[in-house]
Amino acid sequence: MSAASTILAALVCIPIGGLISFRSFRGKRFLLNMIQTLYSVPTVCVGLFVYLMISRSGPLGAMGWAFTPTAMVLGQAILITPIMIGMTVSALSGVDKTIKDTTLSLGSSQAQAIWAIIKESRFAMGAGLILGFGRAISEVGTAMILGGNIAGYTRVLTTAIALESTQGNFATALALGIILLCVALVMAVTVNIVQQRR
Amino acid sequence: MSLVELVDLQQRHGSRTTLRNVSLSIEEGEILAIIGPTGSGKTTLLRLIDQLDKPASGKVLFDEREVIPRLRTQVRRKIGMVLQKPVVFDASVYDNVAYPLRVRKYDKKAIPEKVNTMLQTVGLDGYRKRNARTLSGGETQKVALARALVTDPQMLLLDEPTANLDPASLNTFEELVLRFNREKGMAIVIATHEMAQGQRLAHRIGVMMEGELIQVGQPADIFYAPSDIRVARFVGVENILRGCIASNEGGLAEIETNGHSLEAVTDHRRGEEVHLCIRPEEVTVSLQPASSSARNTFRGEVKLMALSGPVARVEIDCGLTLVALITRRSAEELGIKVGQQVHASFKATAIHVISRG
Repeated sequence: MSAASTILAALVCIPIGGLISFRSFRGKRFLLNMIQTLYSVPTVCVGLFVYLMISRSGPLGAMGWAFTPTAMVLGQAILITPIMIGMTVSALSGVDKTIKDTTLSLGSSQAQAIWAIIKESRFAMGAGLILGFGRAISEVGTAMILGGNIAGYTRVLTTAIALESTQGNFATALALGIILLCVALVMAVTVNIVQQRR
Repeated sequence: MSLVELVDLQQRHGSRTTLRNVSLSIEEGEILAIIGPTGSGKTTLLRLIDQLDKPASGKVLFDEREVIPRLRTQVRRKIGMVLQKPVVFDASVYDNVAYPLRVRKYDKKAIPEKVNTMLQTVGLDGYRKRNARTLSGGETQKVALARALVTDPQMLLLDEPTANLDPASLNTFEELVLRFNREKGMAIVIATHEMAQGQRLAHRIGVMMEGELIQVGQPADIFYAPSDIRVARFVGVENILRGCIASNEGGLAEIETNGHSLEAVTDHRRGEEVHLCIRPEEVTVSLQPASSSARNTFRGEVKLMALSGPVARVEIDCGLTLVALITRRSAEELGIKVGQQVHASFKATAIHVISRG
């Protein structure tokens, strides 16, 4: 689920980050400040916002997304969007400015040039992905409000940990925590392997 | 036939005009050097030719067709360029050189052979698998050159290509450039602040100053008949005197300068205000008055002498200051030192006269 929201967020954020990074426009600095501020938006706030959108009486109520995994993916994707955009911008700005001129002078089209720059920034991009995934998989607020912690349907590791803790099953809660970290480890290792192979 | 035609190009960076009314045609198969001090607009000009930037006004024609936005990538693919500070991709040397072929969707099977041949040509065949980021400055330059040449472009643009090469690599580099020009008829434009390099390689030289292309011509014209004293100064004319033509009889003029009288071969008429350019290597220094054909001889005192490698630069005060460039050996043989009285002489043909309008 967190992977789905990371992928969803990445699909939206990398192009947006690219646009922000390659274009210069008025208020760019202000926009980046806003984006960076939103890194620390509380998860419950995002949950609440999305909940208001998709609840029966909300503008998207007709979709019937409340308390479904779809809602959770959507919520988490929105939650990590600022981080992913911010990381994309800083990853791309870390690439030598002359790389774009170089690729263009070597005959690439605009699209090929942007792809080459993204490839050059793959390590920083990977870090952004891991960070986004980390925030998505470890958060409770959004998942709880949007999913409702329904067993076998919208119960995820974090909401399960919260539930087990309140019931006093600390051992189970801790074990679930360790499982969560293992998932994160697998993700980090995978991203690193993919980066090194290129 | 001209391959590239620049028509009245202007460029601006912010409020600063970096290129002013540049019109120039570059012929197929020629080597053109653009020389000028740092910041004179050489890079700006190359970037416009390579379609990396759009001009503020004016147009660029490639193969007699105006380059409109739709054609920019297509034109760029016929031109190879090595940027002033080349950057290589964080990938192997092989992948770096294969990149231009891949973006042009070359036949995948043909790529390895082309890349390997090119790596051999520039002397990098042992480096195929090395990450290009781990190379030295000179090696990086070679990768950049290989990458620009691998597609057999019709035109090659080199921006200060030898700034970080040692003398041996410099020779190889220049030989390579000449070879590609000769064998493939590739037009080559080199931007350099090193005028000697322009002289060694180029068929034609263009001199840029403050965003303007001041003079374009054969190397000999640029060095011996500069059209402007800014050009003269840049190409190493150290003696520039102000004068007035006192008389001119059949092309041999008498020119008054600072109370001295000089003879020069020129068409300028009597009464014209002029600048006189005398290259320092045209001035000979002797202890006795010269008995040679030199028509202009002055006695003076050595004010300064500086050795630089195999040559000596001597400043002589003869009422007007003359700078002479002589070999170190002759300076030693004459025993020249500061304070000594010497004779400085030069021929009437050694003076290039520019009108002071």
